[in-house]
Amino acid sequence: MTIDMAQFHQVFFDESFEGLDIMESGLLEMDPGSADPEQINSIFRAAHSIKGGSGTFGFTNIADFTHVMETLLDEMRDGRRQVTAEAVNVLLASVDVLREMLTATSEDAEVDPERVKAQKAELDRILAGGAAAVEVAEPDSTEEACASSEQTGWHIVFRPHSHMMRTGNDPLRLIRELGSLGELSVEVDLESLLPLSEYEPEDSYLSWDLHLKGDISKEQIDDIFDWVEDDCDLSIAPICPAQKAPAAAPETASEPAPKTEIKAAPAPDERREGGDRRTSDRRGSVKKPATGGGTSSIRVDITKIDVLINMVGELVITQSMLSMMGEEFDISQIERLREGLAQLERHTREMQESVMQIRMLPISFTFSRFPRLVHDLSTKMGKQIELKMTGETTEVDKTVIEKIGDPLVHLVRNSLDHGIEMPEERVAAGKPEQGTVELNAYHRGGNIIIEIKDDGKGLNRDLLLEKAIERGLVPSDAILSDQQIYELIFAAGFSTAETVSDVSGRGVGMDVVRRNINELGGSIEIHSEMGVGSSFIIRLPLTLAILDGQTVSIGSETYIVPLVSIIESIQVKENMVNMLAGKGETFKLREEYLPIVRLHEILGVNDAKAKELNEGLLVVVEGEGRRCGLFVDDLLGQQQVVIKSLEANYRKISGLSGATILGDGSVALILDIPGLIRMAGNASSAFSKDVRKSA
Amino acid sequence: MASILAVDDSASMLQMVAFTLKGAGYDVVEATDGQYALDIAKTRGVDLVITDVNMPRMDGITLIGELRKLPSYKFTPLLMLTTESSPEKKQQGRAAGATGWIVKPFNPDQLLNTVKKVLG
Repeated sequence: MTIDMAQFHQVFFDESFEGLDIMESGLLEMDPGSADPEQINSIFRAAHSIKGGSGTFGFTNIADFTHVMETLLDEMRDGRRQVTAEAVNVLLASVDVLREMLTATSEDAEVDPERVKAQKAELDRILAGGAAAVEVAEPDSTEEACASSEQTGWHIVFRPHSHMMRTGNDPLRLIRELGSLGELSVEVDLESLLPLSEYEPEDSYLSWDLHLKGDISKEQIDDIFDWVEDDCDLSIAPICPAQKAPAAAPETASEPAPKTEIKAAPAPDERREGGDRRTSDRRGSVKKPATGGGTSSIRVDITKIDVLINMVGELVITQSMLSMMGEEFDISQIERLREGLAQLERHTREMQESVMQIRMLPISFTFSRFPRLVHDLSTKMGKQIELKMTGETTEVDKTVIEKIGDPLVHLVRNSLDHGIEMPEERVAAGKPEQGTVELNAYHRGGNIIIEIKDDGKGLNRDLLLEKAIERGLVPSDAILSDQQIYELIFAAGFSTAETVSDVSGRGVGMDVVRRNINELGGSIEIHSEMGVGSSFIIRLPLTLAILDGQTVSIGSETYIVPLVSIIESIQVKENMVNMLAGKGETFKLREEYLPIVRLHEILGVNDAKAKELNEGLLVVVEGEGRRCGLFVDDLLGQQQVVIKSLEANYRKISGLSGATILGDGSVALILDIPGLIRMAGNASSAFSKDVRKSA
Repeated sequence: MASILAVDDSASMLQMVAFTLKGAGYDVVEATDGQYALDIAKTRGVDLVITDVNMPRMDGITLIGELRKLPSYKFTPLLMLTTESSPEKKQQGRAAGATGWIVKPFNPDQLLNTVKKVLG
């Protein structure tokens, strides 16, 4: 029977990556010196499973490597070896190598053998040092060989201990197996058999004298008795032609097969059929996107699926109720029809919500990388930093999980590098030696909030301003609020670290961070206090498939403006509008000049009701840090809309981010605010406008 | 056909074992840890148990010990899946009442041969 083992590979890789995560987080939580045995055990178990699986599925290099890790963990688990910080670090680095090996294998690629070898050497070094492993010496069974080396077979004396059958081992099975190797003659020794009155049916009383002829190796015989070597007295001696067999001489002719055949291993008779056959309990976990390319899949908590199935059931019931009513409709049933329709609406909405839930993953998928990151970086920088995470179970859209990782890493690195001070500096400032970085995630008003907070030195307002002036980002006499100064760090090419470190890079990041967050439909703000710390607050939409929109009308058309980008809506008066050279039409909103975007012109709507500014409304929106006023006929209402991709159904159109279908079945286009602002041809941000004005 | 209870917390190993045995016509019941396996074993009889050793909740050796205490499992073959590196595990398993072991790594043919041998 040949079985294609490749079919199990994906599951093996999935569970191995999960195992690596368990190992990594376990190692990070491990306290050198006083490690929790259960914790070491769970790390060991993960390594053990990877080793077992990789061996079975033929990935011997992975099995070999994991074996060394497992040995080290085993010694730690048994208390034979101290858990040292060094050992933990080597194990962590080994987890990385193992991850690379698994990733490479899953992609049919090769991992650098030198790297594996070097890491293995590191592990061996740790293993060689310190309390040595207690070698379990295998009892060396001295094997007598025939002098003439012309051995003809084996003489075996097999005396099972009375309890042998209670391990599920049937002596007869072993004898039959021996018989399959060669010509076997069997003599049974009934000497220890008790009289029936004292006879214990579950015990074994017989012993056997066996002669096995043929070209058979000792290993083959050892293999057969491998499981029972402790449950019997066994002697295996070679039969040599010249001499008589050393053990018991077979005087009597071999008896027929033992009459006293004890029926061993009674199969449990009462088999209650139809017992519950629960399939393997898939823990309701969700898997991060497969590391090795391929289709993006999602593992969903089974309860979410159950809710959905339940909902479909309800929907079917409602549907059949309505269709029954439709067959012979009578006007007297109008009340029931209304009820039915209301029910249908409720179920549809609930179903929509639960389908959306399927895309939601706990943010822990993103957060889980931070303990390691903080551990590694703080060690490298010689800082003492504690990472506190809350709200890891907060659920976010899968796309957000995939895209928010890099910006968060950047922000956390910044906090570690620029925020938290060196221990001595902290003590001097009257702070605890150990700095704290907090990562919080929570829901607030239809948004997901992610906070990165540190108790470091805070942003240095003066230093930031000085740099900005030096780099010509703001005029030297600019008067800026604290908030505006903090915003400067999001400007491209802005870095205040005196020396560029390999930790937070070269200041190319913060503008990218903001852009990534904006692309997700989110925003970021900064709060900071000198000497006390800073916090970065990221606000993201709950899901990317549904958008909170403001519907606006322009002529007979309806458009959707994402609610997050709207600041306010105003009616403009003549005296607020100015024509600026090269900047087109602008209006003055409090101390700010903002460009006016006449949507009906850009979008080519001919039947717009409001052609003059005072006839319509200006919706003040912000995108990518710039603001503008969108000129529309009227505001209609706010509603959640399901985003349909234009690219997938038609093609990309600048100024539009998608489309949706409204309640009456008509199509409404969703405006791409940053795109519109760019289209308005205004390169200067509202912010620098503000500066120019103050200057 | 004989029924076999396969126990392993590793989904890939469990799938491989179950697939192999089902392919050979055995009735296979799967469990992902010792406690779960024990619950199943109590509610229905099986002719053979093949269990991994290292598992959360209840390990394979404890499972074997618990099963042996049940009258209906007194003589049932109980096999453990173990790795070469742990002779002491074999010892512990034997003390708990294990019939024998299948050493990892193994291939489907080795597994089937052992099962056939044990089930006769």
